[in-house]
Amino acid sequence: MVEFWNSYGFPLTIILVQSLGLLVSVLLVVAYLLLADRKIWAAVQMRRGPNVVGAYGLLQSFADLLKFVLKEPVIPAGADKTVFLMAPIVTAVLALSAWAVIPLDDGWVVANINVGILYIFAISSLGVYGVIMGGWASNSKYPFLGALRSAAQMVSYEVSIGFVIITVLLCAGSLNISEIVKAQDTAYGALGWYWLPLFPMFVIFFVSALAETNRPPFDLPEAESELVAGFMVEYSSTPYLLFMLGEYVAITTMCALMTVLFLGGWLPPVNYAPFTWVPGVIWFLLKVCFAFFMFAMVKAIVPRYRYDQLMRLGWKVFLPISLAMVVIVAGVLQIFQLAP
Amino acid sequence: MSIATAFFYIFAVVTIASAIMVITVRNPVHAVLFLILAFFNAAGLFVLLGAEFIAMILVIVYVGAVAVLFLFVVMMLDVDFAELRAGYAKYLPVGGLIGAILLAELLLVVSAWTIAPESALRIGERIPGDVTNAEAIGRVLYTRYVYFFELSGLVLLVAMIGAIVLTLRHREGVKRQNIGDQVARDRTAIEIKKVETGRGI
Amino acid sequence: MNLLLADYLPLVIFFGVAMFIGLALLAAPFLIAPNHPDSEKVSAYECGFPAFDDARMKFDIRFYLVSILFIIFDLEVAFLFPWAISFKEAGLFGFWSMMGFLGVLTIGFVYEWRKGALEWD
Repeated sequence: MVEFWNSYGFPLTIILVQSLGLLVSVLLVVAYLLLADRKIWAAVQMRRGPNVVGAYGLLQSFADLLKFVLKEPVIPAGADKTVFLMAPIVTAVLALSAWAVIPLDDGWVVANINVGILYIFAISSLGVYGVIMGGWASNSKYPFLGALRSAAQMVSYEVSIGFVIITVLLCAGSLNISEIVKAQDTAYGALGWYWLPLFPMFVIFFVSALAETNRPPFDLPEAESELVAGFMVEYSSTPYLLFMLGEYVAITTMCALMTVLFLGGWLPPVNYAPFTWVPGVIWFLLKVCFAFFMFAMVKAIVPRYRYDQLMRLGWKVFLPISLAMVVIVAGVLQIFQLAP
Repeated sequence: MSIATAFFYIFAVVTIASAIMVITVRNPVHAVLFLILAFFNAAGLFVLLGAEFIAMILVIVYVGAVAVLFLFVVMMLDVDFAELRAGYAKYLPVGGLIGAILLAELLLVVSAWTIAPESALRIGERIPGDVTNAEAIGRVLYTRYVYFFELSGLVLLVAMIGAIVLTLRHREGVKRQNIGDQVARDRTAIEIKKVETGRGI
Repeated sequence: MNLLLADYLPLVIFFGVAMFIGLALLAAPFLIAPNHPDSEKVSAYECGFPAFDDARMKFDIRFYLVSILFIIFDLEVAFLFPWAISFKEAGLFGFWSMMGFLGVLTIGFVYEWRKGALEWD
């Protein structure tokens, strides 16, 4: 019994506690990022934003959660019930499970797998299923159109995200996310992170991440002015909450991915004394917040794209540029023998 | 029984069960969803074999791309099942014949199949040194197996051209936006003047 | 249990915990919230009148074309992954063999572009 506990029980309990801790903190961070999103949006429009529940509206997200849980869940009569309820679960659980491989600090990662970046790429390409399933199972016209749009949109930008990741991998030489961060640890501090040498890819990644997570200005699957709420029209109560949650967790994941690939993960921006005392997880969190701030600002100040323009941007601008950049980066690494 | 063995049985049973569901459920969308479940469990089996790269590629390519297309086709085509069943009896002989030929071919292949004796020794052979299996693939695929690699590029090219030839239809009378034309200004169209404050032009 | 699988066990557990949170949230309102469906409430959302016809309709073949092209480019990316991380070991020959591969696919991409498969109308 003692032996069993030592070889299986004890490690399993540690992993369980780690997972639970990480998930709860991700959900907490997402709750406040949601509030920050609304506050920033309000500030740009010179409004106050949520400011009633708690001081400065700090408890707004928790009030929203309670309200969602107490609302009546409506399932349309024509819906395919199983798929209808599975869709929000798929969206939320997939988005959350990407966090298992993201390192918050050196060694602070739940599952340090060798192919971490491929895992995240796979998870983000599965995000489309929640939307298609929800749109189809509702058996209603707006969700159907939303699902259709979103599938084509997410798929189009997935390709350029893939090429962007390839250029980072060429420079880092590993599929393990912690190794990618460590490869950015140079004497130049923030100037050695990949955002500077791979600046065009950084921009493409940022815009593609917006499109991939259906953020404005690419929120065509749920464009309220034309599709009411797109694939979420028929959803209410916590099924709707799970869609929202999945979306925001996916956005946070994209911010974290941007941090890890381009902004040096947990590394301090300057390699000298006061900066190196700050724990890595704080730097990581600050960088994620910075990335999210950019997401929020884009939402607040950019008007929505038209669908044909969206497809043109994905296929005719980002795809050729990122493909060319793969060749250029590889060429430079080959000529100057810089490959790791 | 170790945890790995337990997971092997879970993945194997779910793979087979969902594969059976794929061909027995009536709703085609449910069939595709079961197919996705089968892919996931197959990926799990690959991980158990230590082939983590293949497992991830399986999820990325099959679940993330191919199954999306399948789902697109079965969800959005409104297939009339009554009409499909009406032709069932008519096409049964032809379908049965093709099925029989395929079965015969499969039997021939299986009966003539011999496994090279030295391959048995290589099962479970580890990649030498401290190399992840993605890197191990990279070391041989682009140099030693370069012909196969380039050939797969050609196959993809053919697929691309084939898809366009089969599906591309242009609608008549569509006005397209040409962003270049829209944004471009020649020098005669505008004139830049420096205006001093309070003076006007 | 070997080292590689030890890396994956946390992934499974993490997934399980995430699944538990998701299911708990999904089940909560069915247990505690009111539930009084009526025929109007559960009808599909339309602009105030009953739906004319089935919601699942045929649509433009262009969507299929996009997803087929996506499969091809996704495979291309899949081939690039091992190349990117063994860039040094593959050497100059590996570099040029990948350039050949990308060249062939660029021909396909140019063909697509010229044919207008990337236009959306």
